[in-house]
Amino acid sequence: MEIKKTSLNKLHQSNNAKFVEFAGYEMPIQYSKGIIEEHKFTRSNSGIFDVSHMGQLFIYGDESLTEELEKIFPLDLKNLKQNCSKYSFLMNEDAGIYDDLIITKIEEGYLIILNAACKDKDFEVLSNLLGSKFKMNLDNNRSLIAIQGPKSVEILNSIINGVDQLNFMTGNWFDSDNQKLFVTRSGYTGEDGFEISISNDKAEKFVENLIEKGAQLIGLGARDTLRLEAGLCLYGHELDINKTPVEANLRWAISKSRLSNGGFIGSKKIMNQMQDGASQIRVGIKPEGRLIAREKTKIFNVSDKQIGEITSGTFGPSVNGPIAMGYVDKEFSKVDTKILLEVRGKKHPANVCALPFYKKNYVKGVN
Amino acid sequence: MSEVKFSKEHEWITLEGDVATIGITKHATEMLGDIVFAELPEKGSNVEKDGTAGVVESTKAASDVYTPVSGEVVDTNQSIVDDPAKINEDPEGTSWFFKLKIKDTSELDTLMNKEEYDKFAKETSS
Repeated sequence: MEIKKTSLNKLHQSNNAKFVEFAGYEMPIQYSKGIIEEHKFTRSNSGIFDVSHMGQLFIYGDESLTEELEKIFPLDLKNLKQNCSKYSFLMNEDAGIYDDLIITKIEEGYLIILNAACKDKDFEVLSNLLGSKFKMNLDNNRSLIAIQGPKSVEILNSIINGVDQLNFMTGNWFDSDNQKLFVTRSGYTGEDGFEISISNDKAEKFVENLIEKGAQLIGLGARDTLRLEAGLCLYGHELDINKTPVEANLRWAISKSRLSNGGFIGSKKIMNQMQDGASQIRVGIKPEGRLIAREKTKIFNVSDKQIGEITSGTFGPSVNGPIAMGYVDKEFSKVDTKILLEVRGKKHPANVCALPFYKKNYVKGVN
Repeated sequence: MSEVKFSKEHEWITLEGDVATIGITKHATEMLGDIVFAELPEKGSNVEKDGTAGVVESTKAASDVYTPVSGEVVDTNQSIVDDPAKINEDPEGTSWFFKLKIKDTSELDTLMNKEEYDKFAKETSS
């Protein structure tokens, strides 16, 4: 299959991007300054991320759509205000995760942001569940641009006036350059920031404008170190069809009001696990010293019994040391538990630690 | 000091008497990206030509470091273990990896000179 390109591909090229294939797309892993510089720039200034490979699924409908979606997602959608977003999951009957996603209630229905590698499957699953009652559009004509970091609000507001009035996890339509943009105050870096849904033909000029105002393009490499420092899950690593939200330590994302009566796909398993606990759970892990424990590194207890596996591990530029996440047996999931990581045949000491590794700076209560 | 020689695994080597100094090339560091971890062989250990003699990790991945010749490790560069970013800054100078007392100088004959290596690096990275 031919590799897909986003509408910013030429701009990435002219900014000396190194490309990798990601979920069938040619995506920039880094630009000339490198992952660490890009990471630090995002934390101190403003980074631009091309996330156009992600799915933008519009589902159109009224209250009856809300009712149908409540049978699917563990969310209190009836009480979700228009233009408010929630982090959630698409699950199977065993509460295995097809995808993690952000769902926003919009005037016309719902907008769901899906992972690139999962979006086609998600569309199929949702189409089967919803039938033909509601119009669904996995919109390939729109790009998705994230701008993240403390200077982002000032930069974006100078182009799209009014975005500074958005609270974290809310969004709205804005007019700019004779077109409608959907902007949410959200992101996946642990920084304040925005995601902008924009038509493909306007995306390049829009990003050039952001660069002119002082923001810089950031690749997927830094996106990964940023999200890992923020303790955020990445589908295909922390999350997959064999993991449940309870095991992934994401019970905060399940609406409390939905737990008493269930009625969403996977609710039985979720309710059982909430009561009895899951046998394995996702934790933060800090190796001692500088050693990096990558994905699939085996985790042992101090008596050499295997108790789990790393799902993501890298060097955290803002933490200035190695960081990881992984799954361990429940009895070893407490913060400060001593564990051992087997790297290149040797076992190295590490500690279970609290997440995130890097404290968030989300904006709440602007208005 | 002898002419700098290069291996296909992107190590450089210089010889002074029977002691060789070995590091990774600038081209290698450019391919790896930001280096955040380095592991060196133990002093006093013996390493075999083309065998692993260390590890470097970038933000992206781990890579083995090979030794282009056999010998006994007589010194290692602790400063790159303490601050791996130094490897990106000066890979072919102060950021050498280890020194070997070499057994067989003829092992150097199979290695490339600078011109050959530059050509090799260009061909293999495109």
